[in-house]
Amino acid sequence: MKHLTKAAFLVATLAVSACTNADRFGAGGSGNMNAANSGIDSGLLGSASDPRSVAYFQQTVGDRVLFAVDQSTLSDLGRNTLDGQALWLQNNSGYAAIIEGHADEQGTREYNLALGERRANAVREYLVSQGVSGSRLRTVTYGKERPLEACSTEACYSKNRRAVTVISAGIGS
Amino acid sequence: MTMFRILTLALACAGFAPSAMAQNGPLRIEITEGVIEPLPFAVPDFIVENAGAYQYAQDVARVIAADLSGTGMFREIPASAFISNVTSFDSPVQYADWKAINAQALVTGAVSVGSDGRLTVKFRLYDVFSGAELGDGMQLGGTVGSWRRIAHKVADQVYSRITGEGGYFDSRVVYVAEKGAKNAREKRLAIMDYDGANVQYLTDSSSIVLAPRFSPTGDRVLYTSYVSGFPQIYLLDVATVGRTSLGEQPGTMTFAPRFAPNGQTVVYSLSAGGNTDLYSQNIGGVPTRLTNAPSIETAPSYSPDGSQIVFESDRSGSQQLYIMPSGGGEARRISFGEGRYGTPVWSPRGDYIAFTKQNAGRFHIGVMRTDGSEERLLTASFLDEGPTWSPNGRVIMFTRETQGESGAPSLYSVDISGRVLTKVKTDGIASDPAWSPLLK
Repeated sequence: MKHLTKAAFLVATLAVSACTNADRFGAGGSGNMNAANSGIDSGLLGSASDPRSVAYFQQTVGDRVLFAVDQSTLSDLGRNTLDGQALWLQNNSGYAAIIEGHADEQGTREYNLALGERRANAVREYLVSQGVSGSRLRTVTYGKERPLEACSTEACYSKNRRAVTVISAGIGS
Repeated sequence: MTMFRILTLALACAGFAPSAMAQNGPLRIEITEGVIEPLPFAVPDFIVENAGAYQYAQDVARVIAADLSGTGMFREIPASAFISNVTSFDSPVQYADWKAINAQALVTGAVSVGSDGRLTVKFRLYDVFSGAELGDGMQLGGTVGSWRRIAHKVADQVYSRITGEGGYFDSRVVYVAEKGAKNAREKRLAIMDYDGANVQYLTDSSSIVLAPRFSPTGDRVLYTSYVSGFPQIYLLDVATVGRTSLGEQPGTMTFAPRFAPNGQTVVYSLSAGGNTDLYSQNIGGVPTRLTNAPSIETAPSYSPDGSQIVFESDRSGSQQLYIMPSGGGEARRISFGEGRYGTPVWSPRGDYIAFTKQNAGRFHIGVMRTDGSEERLLTASFLDEGPTWSPNGRVIMFTRETQGESGAPSLYSVDISGRVLTKVKTDGIASDPAWSPLLK
């Protein structure tokens, strides 16, 4: 996952510096601020223009939403991203998803596991409310066990307090 | 691996009464008051009684000295200061020579290895300034491979006779051994002696493992693993390293397990649908729901008599500590200070509850009485969490994590006076310690 993210970021950086067009991959939607964090490999990046691809979901729709400190309430930006996720999931009924809830390191281990579950569930409930079948959506909490960013400042913490919708080959619905 | 079951320490002892002896003499440390001036002691190399025992004479004495010094309550007088040597275990001690170097306690001993390969260790403890033995001489035996345990048992005797408290040196710690970058940590379960010796790994690092907890007899460990892709509780047999699931319920996640004192019942957190509550179940049995609130209820810990459970909940809006009957029912809040309180653990003595406190951007390990009074913070750092009690309820081990991209966790211990903070030696970075009961 880590080296894939790095590869995607490298490719994106090269592309940006070559043509200085940040929207080259269509990353202009509500999820664009999250696109740099998407875990995809360079093969998938080539197909990111295909709206049915997982890469498109990660990059263009946006696969994650962020949370305030100790909160599991969705922000307006988060709901916009999830509207896009719900639409994509409805258009691509062959996929299922696991929603991963994460916390920053500023908390005890057990509490953060419970908090991550709250965050993942907030996303799941919103997607269900937007018409995605609950049978396609599972949740898992990682608490503070899998930070994306390693620094100990709010710049990193804000990215670590997240719920990521991970698309998997699904059961259909 | 084999320590708990195969090893049997033959304990041959000329009857002795530890607390009565300890309370009469002037050689006495009150642990609860905190020790400012450590008590000077000497442990000359043990007498070698036959050739096979040569290598243990110094090693056993060094482990005893390290155990005592590590408490912060004792200070070793180095051999270079000794005036007289102990040349025979049974000869009278030259008290004047030990008084002259201010050794208040003197431990003498002898080691031998029998033709059956068994190690025998004898020791005597002297109260130098009273000019008398403190307690009776004692003999311990075991396999030569158990020499460290035998040394720890001698140190436990010395500690008990001087403090009047139970010992804790002959004990083990199960913990999470960590490796790798902060955002890609590999974790596996490990077990070691309380002082970091004899590390053994109990799982591989193919999936995340968290927060192991010993059974009351120390032969089994509950822990949380992501081996199924979701956090679930497993039970591990320390001797065989065999693993069984506590019972999975699809769509739920379970964590924060802890044994009841009966060794049969387990209390834990179960998360489903955005809510985390406490459940208990007998191993192999069905779960009983103990709490039913939309808030987070986690980190449960039984009272030593098994009648109550202390846990954390954010039902008031932030993490606080509560106590309820072990079968569930009305809970009363016991934490009222500033900040957030989590991970409460009931002392094995029943007198204190240790906890993690988060306040003003700092983390603390603290203790309070079971009614919430007499709160005292013992540590402060960027991130301290997850206290576990020594078997005698006088020392707390916990995880301290350092800050930043290269931040990493280590194990630390602190005595309940808060005066003696020590980094615990581990094989690499480590977190989530759980202290065993005193070994038999």
